[in-house]
Amino acid sequence: MKFLDDSLLKFDQEVATPEDAIRLAGGVLLEEGTIDRQYIEAMIQAYHENGPYFVLAPAIAIPHARPEDGVHEASVSCIHLKEPVSFGHQSNDPVKLIFGLGAASSQEHVELLRKLTRVLNNQEYVKRMEQASSFEEFSKIFRESDIT
Amino acid sequence: MIKVLTVCGLGQGTSLILKMNVETALNEKNIKADVEHMDVSAASSTPADYVVTSSELADSLKDHSGKVVIVKNYFDMEEINQAVEENFTSS
Repeated sequence: MKFLDDSLLKFDQEVATPEDAIRLAGGVLLEEGTIDRQYIEAMIQAYHENGPYFVLAPAIAIPHARPEDGVHEASVSCIHLKEPVSFGHQSNDPVKLIFGLGAASSQEHVELLRKLTRVLNNQEYVKRMEQASSFEEFSKIFRESDIT
Repeated sequence: MIKVLTVCGLGQGTSLILKMNVETALNEKNIKADVEHMDVSAASSTPADYVVTSSELADSLKDHSGKVVIVKNYFDMEEINQAVEENFTSS
């Protein structure tokens, strides 16, 4: 399982479109070797087919596809955007934090989602992620919140 | 025991997150339920008492026999607790 390690975080990124944001979040997973390139296209396709329902909370998007689209290991990345971008969601736009989810079919996938849910249920952590002013400050939140 | 579905576009990620938080809310209220996560098309043909999903997907589920409950913020336990309180009755 790869859960928001420093190598899976990108801070203060600039994107023009939701698709760019998804590519960035997926690109980090690809570099880490936890997904295949085709998984990124599947994430974008899922967005186009099913809409922005994965913008699960104000400012938070969790794009993902299916395990069979090319996932080697349960993993999640996080992109912090310099300027938020709109995904077209009715109530949770604009998006500032993108958690790219490599959805596996293993028990690890369930554990990973449990950890992610525990972090994001904490509104204090989320506020600090959005307002972080440096990579160090941003990364520190995940070290504190890394409940094993 | 009531049957609850949590639904997302693919049935893999976000519906599982929703299942975890809905189960937490149901446990707190001592409501016994069987909660399953799945995608929209599977949910359409799966009987249940309640279907919990986002407003974006609620339209595709309006013909479901179960009561459709909408959650806007999947990480706001206050909203989920309130949705459970207002919509669910234990049986």
